[in-house]
Amino acid sequence: MHERIREKLNILADSAKYDVSCSSSGSDRKNTNKGLGDASASGICHTYTEDGRCVSLLKILLTNHCIFDCAYCVSRKSNDIKRAAFTVQEVVDLTIGFYRRNYIEGLFLSSGIFKDADTTMERLVRVAKKLRLEHNFNGYIHLKTIPGASNELMQEAGLYADRLSVNIELPTERGLKLLAPDKTFSSMEKPMNFISHTITALDDTRKKMLHTPKFAPAGQSTQVIVGATDESDLEIILTADKFYRGFNLKRVYYSGYVPVLSDNRLPSLNAQVPLLRENRLYQADWLMRFYRFGAHEILEDHHPNLELDIDPKFGWALRNLHLFPLDINKAELEMVLRIPGIGVKSAHKIIAARKFGRLGWENLRKLGVSLNRARYFIVCKDPALETREYSPETIRHMVLSGGKSKFSKLWGVQTSLFG
Amino acid sequence: MIWLIYDGSFEGLLTLVFETFEFKWKEVRIRKKGALVPQLFAEVREVVTDEKKALRVWRKLVELLRPDGVRTLWKAWLSEMETVEESILGVINYAIALDRNVLADFGNLHVLNIQKTVKSVEREKHRMEAFVRFQLTKDDIYFSVISPDFNVLPLVLKHFENRYADQRWFIFDTRRNYGIYYDLEKAEFIDFVANELLSSNLVSPDAFGNGECLYQTLWKDYFQSTNITARKNTKLHVQHVPKRYWKYLVEKS
Repeated sequence: MHERIREKLNILADSAKYDVSCSSSGSDRKNTNKGLGDASASGICHTYTEDGRCVSLLKILLTNHCIFDCAYCVSRKSNDIKRAAFTVQEVVDLTIGFYRRNYIEGLFLSSGIFKDADTTMERLVRVAKKLRLEHNFNGYIHLKTIPGASNELMQEAGLYADRLSVNIELPTERGLKLLAPDKTFSSMEKPMNFISHTITALDDTRKKMLHTPKFAPAGQSTQVIVGATDESDLEIILTADKFYRGFNLKRVYYSGYVPVLSDNRLPSLNAQVPLLRENRLYQADWLMRFYRFGAHEILEDHHPNLELDIDPKFGWALRNLHLFPLDINKAELEMVLRIPGIGVKSAHKIIAARKFGRLGWENLRKLGVSLNRARYFIVCKDPALETREYSPETIRHMVLSGGKSKFSKLWGVQTSLFG
Repeated sequence: MIWLIYDGSFEGLLTLVFETFEFKWKEVRIRKKGALVPQLFAEVREVVTDEKKALRVWRKLVELLRPDGVRTLWKAWLSEMETVEESILGVINYAIALDRNVLADFGNLHVLNIQKTVKSVEREKHRMEAFVRFQLTKDDIYFSVISPDFNVLPLVLKHFENRYADQRWFIFDTRRNYGIYYDLEKAEFIDFVANELLSSNLVSPDAFGNGECLYQTLWKDYFQSTNITARKNTKLHVQHVPKRYWKYLVEKS
């Protein structure tokens, strides 16, 4: 008995691990009636895997039986692997047992499509419903919505889950045609659209009525695989931008393609995971969400890929040197956020601290500003550190030779992936 | 230079602040009772905790720094760092001199020092909320042993009380020899733990209840299965889970 459950957990956690989302934040579900759990706090990573990713949720598939044949997926039907399936009760027991021991913030349940969309979705919903209603569980639940499932099931899923997600996986329609012939963009956008509309509609009702049921209070997210097809970074961030605006998504996750299958449509099995490119995409994503950048400021049609050796904000600043240097004691928050080497927190601290007196280099350094980059773009109370006018190439060279990037050993390897 | 000794309570520190103004002491060093103080040539005074004096300072601070500003000072104090009291006094003197809330003045050294300390304390609090591992004992108590760098138990009480309202739990700090026990009604500080529950500062396997071993095995299995070997990054792993916490983590032991 114990051996069987161990085997199932190993198989179904192993096939779920390529979904990178592990976020447990953004919900407002509080503990009620002395029940178990509280998802109202910000997310907690309870441990980290040896690859350095946060473990916050029990992330498993209900089953890895699947009728689809997506080339990038380990669970595709033509792949000869061990198959397993949990019962609803087994998932519930594992979640509660792990949660009570403070191993996890909650459950992230996904599934292979084992019969049809509705049957699969119904089973996922049943797990969430049981946890909420029979066990008074107020921890975090993230359910994968199965494209093609009925609106009624999706509606029910949103009542019990904190977050819902549909993984688009491939950022372009042509990529989808090539690698996931069973899926289309529109079949995946439909549930996103439904969720987004339901959330907005309930928010409007909430303004008038006190007791409006919760519906996916932590919103929805999606994931795109990077580097499985030939899409450009511009195509990826435009897709992300469309989701953020069009469907009010909380997060778009970028997952560097890990070669798991041999298929002539895919990069070879010994191709490296594009970790650096993935990192740069996240930086670009952050620029859109927290630094008020538009997608077309980060990349342009004649410049469609992120540079690997410098971060996208630094790249933008080098292309727009005419806007600098800024006076750090006067510049608006909007512009302070755009200075390379200054993060959101430092930007706010600068705005707060300069009310007490003008800031100098030492103040900025202590506030956490990376002067290595920022020095070329600002003036402050003290004499300038850089008095000459440099060309973008010179600044780039000086910054790169002054600091050591943790990724420097990867340069050159990834650019040649499709070369 | 005067060395001021107080009893190690926050009221004691507030009393001490009161007396620095009362007696117009300017250059002071502050230590908790029992800490090392240079004997030769030093003028040492012991401050006796006085609730009335402490309360007056408290009220003044709430007025100047707002309640969350006073909480900031208290959190910094929980770090138990050797010279934290001197930074706290520095901030108070500065706020009184300017007659305004100065906690956002990151250009001031004392403020910066306090804010940095608070950041460390909050990081440790967050780590405890993450790394506490409960082990179910035979008498149905979810039990955990920790030894945090700072005295963060007072900061995590609410978190665990809100979360585990339907199970009895006990978190014990072996470094400071006290813990929090929740008995399904309320969470309370307790400075005693039954000996048979512990073996070499960990929960003794002899005390495990039904199913505990299975869940630990399943959790270890899960930790391995969810790892992607092709992305191995030991440096990042250790940065997020520093080695000094491994001894309490089921998945790392």
